[in-house]
Amino acid sequence: MSTPARLHGVIAEFTNPTDLLRAIEEARAAGYQRMDAYTPYPVEEVSEALGHHGSALPGIVLVGGILGAISGFALQYWTSAIDYPLNVGGRPYNSLVSFIPVVFECTILFAALSAVLGMLALNGLPMPHHPIFNAPRFALASSDRFFLCIEATDPRFDADEVRRFLERQAPRAVSEVDA
Amino acid sequence: MSDGARPAEATVVPPGAIIGPGQTFGSVTDKISSAVLDRVPRGWWIGFGIGLSLLMVFFTALGMLFTYGTGVWGIMIPVGWGLDIINFVWWIGIGHAGTLISAILLLFRQRWRTSINRFAEAMTLFAVACAGLYPILHLGRPWLAYWLVPYPNTMGMWPNFRSPLVWDVFAVSTYATVSLLFWYVGLIPDLATLRDRSKNILGKKIYGIFAMGWRGSASHWHRYETATLLLAGLSTPLVVSVHTIVSFDFAVSVIPGWHATIFPPYFVAGAIFSGFAMVATIAIPLRAAYGLENFITLKHLDNMARVMLATGLIVAYGYMMEAFFAFYSANLFERSMMHLRFTGPYAWSYWLLILCNVLIPQLLWFKRVRTNTIGLFLVSIVINIGMWLERFVIVVTSLATDFLPSSWGIYTPTIWDWSTYIGSFGLFLTLLFLFIRFLPMISIFEMRTLVPEAEVEGGEEHS
Repeated sequence: MSTPARLHGVIAEFTNPTDLLRAIEEARAAGYQRMDAYTPYPVEEVSEALGHHGSALPGIVLVGGILGAISGFALQYWTSAIDYPLNVGGRPYNSLVSFIPVVFECTILFAALSAVLGMLALNGLPMPHHPIFNAPRFALASSDRFFLCIEATDPRFDADEVRRFLERQAPRAVSEVDA
Repeated sequence: MSDGARPAEATVVPPGAIIGPGQTFGSVTDKISSAVLDRVPRGWWIGFGIGLSLLMVFFTALGMLFTYGTGVWGIMIPVGWGLDIINFVWWIGIGHAGTLISAILLLFRQRWRTSINRFAEAMTLFAVACAGLYPILHLGRPWLAYWLVPYPNTMGMWPNFRSPLVWDVFAVSTYATVSLLFWYVGLIPDLATLRDRSKNILGKKIYGIFAMGWRGSASHWHRYETATLLLAGLSTPLVVSVHTIVSFDFAVSVIPGWHATIFPPYFVAGAIFSGFAMVATIAIPLRAAYGLENFITLKHLDNMARVMLATGLIVAYGYMMEAFFAFYSANLFERSMMHLRFTGPYAWSYWLLILCNVLIPQLLWFKRVRTNTIGLFLVSIVINIGMWLERFVIVVTSLATDFLPSSWGIYTPTIWDWSTYIGSFGLFLTLLFLFIRFLPMISIFEMRTLVPEAEVEGGEEHS
């Protein structure tokens, strides 16, 4: 392997999602495993071609929601029935029915926080710098260009070979990305 | 560009299209981000100036209130809830359209929502900010507002969780938090676009910080889409719960005219009705001022008008049922309260409400009104006024003439009631204009999914 140690990967720039998708499929067929695509909007087909199925996120949100419900109820039960039992209009201290709205709101609040924080944590964000930003013209990934990067950690990675491979996929440009 | 002389129909957007012809990834990005990065139209300064002036009115009104107490308002016994609570319910209702557009229409895969969801969500946030202030101002000692929150304190006391007013604290604060999260998550990819396009060093840094290093990786998008769907699924019951709980503030009490089981659905429908009216009120001048006819098309206005028509009919049904309940209950107090609504000292407000919310919205049956920007704008203003009157009728007429005629009283808002109301538009407009100036008012990345070149050829079909 003649790979310089300080290479993040080799990146190809495409002008439309169709070419990107074809390139991903070719790369998978050629046996490359470590790659990532960068698109200006979510392209479902690209995620699927890269093998992103399912996610831990719904589970995290479910746990968050359940914790929210338990906390909401525990707060009300402990304050109203144990720490500060107050007779309001002869209602029972543990006024289950009256506690429903707060339990509901806490469920939603905790679940929504889990969804956002969980998404950010799983994505490793915030991450102010990433080697991919070294790629020339990468700023266009947030505008109108589609990028495919085959990363140096791929077991079959060889910079020259990957470059030749990507050049066959009708890209607009191919370049190496410094780590 | 003015909407007055030449209606937007002059642009060649085919009827029924939700995006103008010939748009590309680049043109969508350029057009929307240029409103933030390039020019500041003179209209923006005028609008911002008006907003800021009204905000000063608000501060003045608050200064009076904090100095002299709630006595500066016209509220008294029996009408202890005046314009402050009316405005609270009115503003929070307006917010509901934003969540409806961003969450419920997303779940129903209504792609036309894309170009209006961003500023509708912003409108939600700012409306909730205005709404949330009123109950706090109403406390009398607003600096003790934190007593509403359950926290261990030296008084050894806790809030009474059996009270709808405490439910309100949880509902409104959860609603504000979740709306903010949803809005911010939606902004992240667009903040990355602004980071990458901004020529201004400081702008690049600030947008960069808030974009959190977003790089559009396919695995990130995958989780991002999951998170958005989950948030939409969570916001949908939330938005219904918020106005339901607001209606409990009334319905759980025993005041004639408040104690009705129809309140929750009727409040939620009214919230959506007024919210869509406010979205239209904002969208119509905005698309004219920024030349966004290709993105906010007549199809959008038509769809919004249809939602207004449908929810308006539900609201009209609510009014009918309120009157019917009073009659059918055979309860003396309910009947006389209803009778006084029709003929009593506040009868003008009831009949004006019927005119604004029931009669005039019937114009929306006509496609010519729905797709006429000026016509729809005027109807939406009328609905905004009508929905404010609805809350006035509910809050004031019920309290003013409740049970014993000897304890009845007439509430007349003072100048400080009105300036607190007018001033809250200052807060709303100032925030709205700052948003338009510094953030993309239309979701850029979602608009990219609507352009023809987003179609993946030869790929498997995923519908």
